[in-house]
Amino acid sequence: MSQFKKKQAGTKQEVPTSAMPDVVFMLLFFFMVTTVLREVTLKVKLDLTKANNIEKIEEKRLVSYIYMGPERLPGNQLGEDKVQIDDSIVDDIGAIRNIMYDKLIEEPRLIVSLRVDQNSEFGLLTDVQKELQQAGTFRINYSTKRED
Amino acid sequence: MLLKKREREGAEINGSSMADIAFLLLIFFLVTTTINVDTGIGMVLPPPLDPEVEPPPIRERNLMNILVNAQGLILMDEQPVSINDVKDKLIEFIDNPNNSEELSISPDAAIVSLKTQRETPYNIYIDMLDEVMSAYKDLRDAASRANYGVEYARLAENSPQQEQIKDMYPKKISIAEPDN
Repeated sequence: MSQFKKKQAGTKQEVPTSAMPDVVFMLLFFFMVTTVLREVTLKVKLDLTKANNIEKIEEKRLVSYIYMGPERLPGNQLGEDKVQIDDSIVDDIGAIRNIMYDKLIEEPRLIVSLRVDQNSEFGLLTDVQKELQQAGTFRINYSTKRED
Repeated sequence: MLLKKREREGAEINGSSMADIAFLLLIFFLVTTTINVDTGIGMVLPPPLDPEVEPPPIRERNLMNILVNAQGLILMDEQPVSINDVKDKLIEFIDNPNNSEELSISPDAAIVSLKTQRETPYNIYIDMLDEVMSAYKDLRDAASRANYGVEYARLAENSPQQEQIKDMYPKKISIAEPDN
């Protein structure tokens, strides 16, 4: 009888798991590096419009944002259309040229992404664009969502 | 000699829970990550106008004036059109297949001027700009397909082929300042 006994392979049946933490840590570092935790706190209401013929901005490092829309007031109310750059609202439109010029010096290939609320008026946008022309930041991008 | 002989315990840290901790962190970052792509209509602004230098003369037939008012009504070269016809009219203007006297001499001479009122809502302006971009995209795609058999977007970035199509149909879009 005993000669029919199945021969057991000499190797262990377990999958070695000692390298698993390394693999997981590698993934972890990837996601840690790609995550952007801090977003700008929006002080204006932003509801982007949609368009068909849009392009992606590949180089996100180059992008600087300008937000335009009705100001959020306490108590869920909306005020007049305002311009926000970084974390603060810019009341003096004429100051934009200096702000953007400083950014252009830091990053000569700057792309200005204009994130404008769909109901805000064109007039404010022209004023901002005129300032951008003075600052020398000519590459702009009207941020829109994809139409579906 | 009294030599104390003691069996040393192994100085190991139990690492079996390391994977669990790492997984926990991993899942946290997986959930919080938003890989959002920024999309939009790219434009290049012209340099500011020098008041002493006269702008170069443009022949009337090479210029397509598009006026949009605050209600979204459109005038193209003094004719009211609906937004659905803008693209076809633009393609006809830029390409000028019948060599009409009124339309652009050649595609690379065509200039599209877009003018709105200060009160025009932003989404109407973007809709118009989208139509203009879409007209150029169609023209470039057609030229690219005729010459190279593929769409314009599938040509390699900055390749001579792409540059050639770009030169055939340069996007000359002028955003005019509103008057009022």
